[in-house]
Amino acid sequence: MLEPAVARQLRQIVGQRHFRDDRESLVAHSYDGTPMLQHMPDGVIYPESTEQVSEIMKVLSAHRVPIVPRGSGSNLCGGTVPIQGGIVMVMHRMNRIREVDADNLTATVQPGVITADFTAHVESMGLFYPPDPSSMRISTIGGNIAECSGGLRGLKYGTTKDYVIGLEAVLASGEIIRTGGKLMKDVAGYDLTKLLVGSEGTLAIVTEATLRLVPPPESKKTMLAMYKDIYGAARTVSRIVGSRIIPATLEIMDNPTIRVVDDFAKLGLPRDMAAILLIEQDGESATVERDIERIKDICASEGADRIDIAESREQAEKLLTARRSAFTALARLRPTTILEDATVPRSRIADMVLRINEIAAKYGVSIATFGHAGDGNLHPTATTDARDKEEVHRVEQAFEDIFAAAIELGGTITGEHGVGLVKSPFLEWKVGAAGVELMKGIKTAFDPDNLLNPGKMFAKETRKRVVIDRG
Amino acid sequence: MAKTTEELGNPLKKSLIAKLDYDQLTNCMRCGFCLPACPTFRETGLEQESPRGRIALMKAVTDGLMEPDGSFRDQMDHCLGCRACEPACPADVKYGQLIEQARDAIEDHAERGPLMTGVRRLFFKSILPHRNRLKRAGSLLAFYRKSGLRALARRSGAMKLFPEHMREMENVLPDATGRGVLERIGEVYPAKGEKIARVALFRGCLMDVLFAETNVNTVKLLSEAGFEVVIPPSQTCCGALHAHSGEMEQARELARANAKTFRSADVDYVVSNAGGCGAFLVEYDHLLHDDREYAELGEWLASRTVDVANLIVERGRLPAFAEAEAAEPVTITYQDSCHLRNVMKSSDAPRRLMRQVSGAHYCEMKESDRCCGSAGIYNVTQPEMAGQILRHKMEHANETNARYMLTSNPGCLLQMKLGIEKHGAKGRMEAKHVVDYLYERIAAPKE
Ligand SMILES: Cc1cc2nc3c(=O)[nH]c(=O)nc-3n(C[C@H](O)[C@H](O)[C@H](O)COP(=O)(O)OP(=O)(O)OC[C@H]3O[C@@H](n4cnc5c(N)ncnc54)[C@H](O)[C@@H]3O)c2cc1C
Ligand code: SF4
Ligand code: SF4
Repeated sequence: MLEPAVARQLRQIVGQRHFRDDRESLVAHSYDGTPMLQHMPDGVIYPESTEQVSEIMKVLSAHRVPIVPRGSGSNLCGGTVPIQGGIVMVMHRMNRIREVDADNLTATVQPGVITADFTAHVESMGLFYPPDPSSMRISTIGGNIAECSGGLRGLKYGTTKDYVIGLEAVLASGEIIRTGGKLMKDVAGYDLTKLLVGSEGTLAIVTEATLRLVPPPESKKTMLAMYKDIYGAARTVSRIVGSRIIPATLEIMDNPTIRVVDDFAKLGLPRDMAAILLIEQDGESATVERDIERIKDICASEGADRIDIAESREQAEKLLTARRSAFTALARLRPTTILEDATVPRSRIADMVLRINEIAAKYGVSIATFGHAGDGNLHPTATTDARDKEEVHRVEQAFEDIFAAAIELGGTITGEHGVGLVKSPFLEWKVGAAGVELMKGIKTAFDPDNLLNPGKMFAKETRKRVVIDRG
Repeated sequence: MAKTTEELGNPLKKSLIAKLDYDQLTNCMRCGFCLPACPTFRETGLEQESPRGRIALMKAVTDGLMEPDGSFRDQMDHCLGCRACEPACPADVKYGQLIEQARDAIEDHAERGPLMTGVRRLFFKSILPHRNRLKRAGSLLAFYRKSGLRALARRSGAMKLFPEHMREMENVLPDATGRGVLERIGEVYPAKGEKIARVALFRGCLMDVLFAETNVNTVKLLSEAGFEVVIPPSQTCCGALHAHSGEMEQARELARANAKTFRSADVDYVVSNAGGCGAFLVEYDHLLHDDREYAELGEWLASRTVDVANLIVERGRLPAFAEAEAAEPVTITYQDSCHLRNVMKSSDAPRRLMRQVSGAHYCEMKESDRCCGSAGIYNVTQPEMAGQILRHKMEHANETNARYMLTSNPGCLLQMKLGIEKHGAKGRMEAKHVVDYLYERIAAPKE
């Protein structure tokens, strides 16, 4: 429970309507996109300016009240579940696009702007902001920054971190800091901008961001390649990049995904294929044509069973449907859908997909895998029922094995969804005990009283690493 | 005075637990993809005013995390029931069913004085389902005035059903008629040319009293397109208004009557020209699911119900439509009926027909797929939110500079008329049912 005095002070800062502690508001901010997690906050606050955020932080730190910044609550790692109560700070009212600077190719925005609204705005001005998480129609730029979100264009264009060049943020103490700026080069001190990107709301509250824009590509071409042998698909991926072609999109769907998508979207996909690759190239027309031609040859020489190249935008949309339906098709299978993002080096994609299939079979659970083959970022997706505790337990065991397998193959426990609550017991597997200690030190320097999104990133206990028995 | 949550929360909680479909509640994975589609979330920016929020509230009640109090009920009332959240949902959560179940449970424990109970009974039970009484009342408003209810409603503060807002409606409401489509053209109307199929017209209750002319035009348009049309006289109100207000049992009673009537009419399709009614008919299968005797009939009617534009585009012979000769093409635009779009999945067909009209320029309105705020009796029960939504809607409407604002549902049509009156290009823009517009523009005149 919040002390009445604190509630009164918060109301004074934002006004009656923008601080709420009725039961409905608390319930509606007790969850995010992560399955099976819920915890009540003590209040919900909607600031409209950096100054208000700063004032709020001063009150909360004086009273040692935890604070969880929240965009649209679409994250998949429990990042906005207020597990220690406190205040959820919703950034939606701070949603202005302050400036698009066509001369410097930058944009300055508040954190609550919806990613797709921002993208549409810059595109209407003939510019391009590449990060495109599948959740972009709902996610906020602030959430993207805090999770360092990626997307389909990650291979060629990079992820959110490659586009954030300046930040304004409020520390736990209420102090306002500015990092970076409209600068492509800046080595004054440690790179705090990059440190805050991906910090999951545990270091500071982002109140404004300066983003880098690029000129839009001139044209785009789309193709599908289907394989009976998953290694053929994997070799194709390596060989494309090895031939110095960087496609805009290079996505993979495994056999379980193909079957589910075909059931759902009735696309007439061959159900006996081990993998489908979706490949897109963008850029100057002549280069695009040449690249697609060369990619086609590589696919053929690696034994692709079928290659479809779209000749028009409509045909391209059709080819894209398969990949776009993957999540929807899986989400309809069972009540609970758990979407993970284990990531491996590009060259280990085939090994990883097969390991996932083995692990799923071992625990008797259904896991389908699709994802960004080009950057090794896979989405093993389990479909289950939260009410079946025993099955959910098996799914959790399977995911533990999957994380361990990813690390063993030189990969990581999460490529783009973040650590949050869900993956904190596994963080040490990736960064080691010394790494975790160092990170905790950084956390303490920013937030000595542990008020910002407490309980995330660092677990009380690291999960014991299972030795994988693949005998 | 308000009772304590203890007194009224617990029985309501029990009803909610009994009525809410827990599978559907669990199916919501809280991804939030429905948020941008939801008009009330867009207007308020509050999670609790979003589909994900409302589902979480329902689930929290059934999970015992909270008691359903007054603001829980308000939250359920704020929902427009437009169901724009359903097509946006990757997990196919049946939100429409959930909100109906919640309202049904709330209705079981409605805290209404005897006056409101009486008014509701009069409206839902004694008027809507009975054509003759509806006709005799002449028009809702005349009825409202004559019956002295207005004075009573004002005095008792029971403005929920008949608020001030109704006065604005008075301006745009057409004169009611006692001569519905059946009286005007008889029970069977032949197809022009070779008959493609035999269809029945669902004439609607309010539709046939306030927009009988549109019903007549629907029949004639269908005939032009090659369909023989029958109008079974024993059909009744679809029950949508009842269901959306939590009167489920009455809705089922009406559904049974309609299912029986249309099944015995020996037709290939049942055609609706009102998105709100049609969408309710296509879900009779769900409504009568647990009724052993009527489940099959419900399924039959659900599978045969189509929207007039869809039927014409998919099976009919397209008549040629043309505007009168003029130097400039006439600009027309369209407001989707939410239920037509989100439940009957008909959004392309009406647009294809409008694009066929020679001499007309079809201009897509920004956010034409968003609810106009009419939503059944929503603009009567939630005038504030409805007003806000309408104001935003008319900003987009005015940007099109359209001469005709077309739509496919009587509620939306009235709302558009009201919008033009209040915020629009009065005198320069006219709201019309898409069927009326099209029928009046059949190139080589009929009959
Ligand atoms: C169906 C689905 C598909 C998805 N696809 C992708 C994908 O393709 N790629 C991808 O990377 N992710 C994806 N995600 C995950 C998620 O959408 C992203 O992590 C997104 O960036 C979260 O944005 P949000 O606004 O919802 O943030 P929230 O979920 O509200 O918050 C996320 C984190 O950011 C913090 N935060 C939010 N705002 C601020 C701020 N202003 N200052 C400091 N911290 C803040 C929160 O505390 C929290 O830790 C997907 C999610 C779903 C449900
Ligand atoms: S889109 Fe569907 S699953 Fe996602 S939050 Fe909304 S209702 Fe739930
Ligand atoms: S029915 Fe309409 S108003 Fe209600 S939750 Fe869904 S989108 Fe929002």
